[in-house]
Amino acid sequence: MALKTVTDATFADDVLMSDKPVLVDYWAVWCGPCRLIAPILEEIDAKHGDKLQIAKLNVDENPRTASDYGIVSIPTLNVFKGGRVVKQIIGAKPKAALLRDLAEFI
Amino acid sequence: MSDVRDLIIVGSGPAGYTAAIYAARAALRPLVFEGAVTAGGALMNTTEVENYPGFPQGVMGPDLMDNLRAQAERFGAELVTDDVTAMDLTGDVKVVRDGEGTEHRAHAVVLAMGSGYRELGLTDEKRLSGHGVSWCATCDGFFFRGQDIAVVGGGDSAVEEATFLTKFASSVTIVHRRDELRASKIMAERALSNPKIRFAWDSTVSAIHGESKVTSVTLTNVKTGQDSELPVTGVFIAIGHDPRSELVRDQLETDDAGYVLVEGRGTAVRSAGRVLPGVFAAGDLVDHTYRQAITAAGSGCAAALDAERYLAAREHEHSGS
Repeated sequence: MALKTVTDATFADDVLMSDKPVLVDYWAVWCGPCRLIAPILEEIDAKHGDKLQIAKLNVDENPRTASDYGIVSIPTLNVFKGGRVVKQIIGAKPKAALLRDLAEFI
Repeated sequence: MSDVRDLIIVGSGPAGYTAAIYAARAALRPLVFEGAVTAGGALMNTTEVENYPGFPQGVMGPDLMDNLRAQAERFGAELVTDDVTAMDLTGDVKVVRDGEGTEHRAHAVVLAMGSGYRELGLTDEKRLSGHGVSWCATCDGFFFRGQDIAVVGGGDSAVEEATFLTKFASSVTIVHRRDELRASKIMAERALSNPKIRFAWDSTVSAIHGESKVTSVTLTNVKTGQDSELPVTGVFIAIGHDPRSELVRDQLETDDAGYVLVEGRGTAVRSAGRVLPGVFAAGDLVDHTYRQAITAAGSGCAAALDAERYLAAREHEHSGS
């Protein structure tokens, strides 16, 4: 299943106000490593989506949110809880390593 | 043993996928370890590939890899997006352990792990990685619009990255430890005539500064020993690659730089002074001379054909006895 998409316009409602923790995947079409982790994130979403919402944010189309959070490297994965960044993972990682990093949320 | 398959291919990229296409078409049903986050190899971090034959308009690196992958899969290659953590290649049956600890056995193995980017080895390099320090200009250049940045290195990839980064940055300083570029002529001329590109010749980056993100670097002139500060918000490191041969270095013969040595012009590897039967190597793991997508694909093809011949001879021997 395709992952949820968030934008500059929906970021506050869908991420900051969310009851559930949200992992935001900052990505772009021209980023090779982003393509590699996309299927991994879909797998994690399929299995743990009830506890952790996973959403994609295209930095090309939504530069404001990317800049607000100081993103200068992609892929970056930010976990938001109660409107704040509680975890940041930069760069593509194997599934096992991502699951380890996200263990507290899933 | 029934659980021993014909062929395992370790690594993807043009070498691994081409080996997989040939081996799959030869009905060897290869198991391919693509690497968990390195699948597709070095080309996944590039934009346009202009010199891969058959694509007159150029092709995006990741698209080329997607196509090679799909082609391998079409003929029955079994693709696994996982890393290999250990290998025992010296026995008659080769053993490959994956990231989850499962052992896979095969009569033949093709090694195509490629190469990984080299680091400067500075203490703040890791800490500021993803906060201004980058190894992927195509991924991260976008975020440095209107800023001053540096590219470290003087070879093709450094000069190509610097040229690419001028699309975004207001200035790009190429920091190179020699007084001339090592890059190919056409690339070097493109950079030398680009008004946004400056040069810090005979210089190395000796420190990277910044609390939560990069604010400047210290340059050291290798001839005078003098230090100077260069205010930049981004540092793109392109000082070369090292072969990913760590897992096999104690079993196979390599050169001083770690490249796996092969027999003559073929792909058979050597161990303890002689050819090691059933193990073949291809791509950037072996090649420090050409290092092109097309030469990697070519040697991947050769490795698959060598493996196929080896397996046929082995089969013949066993059925004859």
